[in-house]
Amino acid sequence: MASKYTLISSQVLGSSAASVTFSSIPSTYKDLVLRISVRTNNAGDGDNTLLKINGLTSGYSYTNLFGDASTATSNNASSTTSWSIRVDGNTSTSNTFSTNEIYIPNYSGSTYKPASGISSMENNVANPVYTFASAYLLSNTAAISSFVLTPQVGTNFLTNSSFYLYGI
Amino acid sequence: MTDAPIAVEVNCETGEVTERPLTAEEIAANEAAAAQAEADAKAKADADAAKAAAKEAALAKLAALGLTADEVAAIL
Repeated sequence: MASKYTLISSQVLGSSAASVTFSSIPSTYKDLVLRISVRTNNAGDGDNTLLKINGLTSGYSYTNLFGDASTATSNNASSTTSWSIRVDGNTSTSNTFSTNEIYIPNYSGSTYKPASGISSMENNVANPVYTFASAYLLSNTAAISSFVLTPQVGTNFLTNSSFYLYGI
Repeated sequence: MTDAPIAVEVNCETGEVTERPLTAEEIAANEAAAAQAEADAKAKADADAAKAAAKEAALAKLAALGLTADEVAAIL
């Protein structure tokens, strides 16, 4: 049970940006929590945010369980170049942003790095919110010291997208 | 003229925030990721269409054997 969230760093975009990096993450906490609320300039109601750790471009895998008010399904990706986080695109309802949390336990340990994620696309129209529950694994034993987040289809995170990194 | 895409970097140790233009390599990587997303979406759409077509064909064959819709539903 987590006892205390300490904000390590945060960034709220004052203008569009193509990537957001958290570098020199201290190794003094037990777990990390990354909370983001994002909208990209993709011309669709959704997009993915790609999360790369320590600059690695291999060893990532994940399984998503997701659904809306009427359907549920799942997908899986192995040996990918990043983790994927579902977020809002630019045809979602105006001024809505996704809500996402990635929890990474034992991030400075010397074992592979599993993580869990929960994501919702906010879209207040006929197509309701999509919610994702995700299981992630990075097959790498190095302590986590940096994150790089980029939109997958869009080219920019839009203004007021926010990124918060907590240590526990 | 389009502004160059910007990378925002937050140094968690010092709190320093820097903004810089993306490098050519980063732009290429982003474009590759977008192309991959498009290819993945097409592959999924193709697979879904093939699955739907196979189901439709199977249902037609069952109907040709004389099964009613209720009987087909019972074995699915």
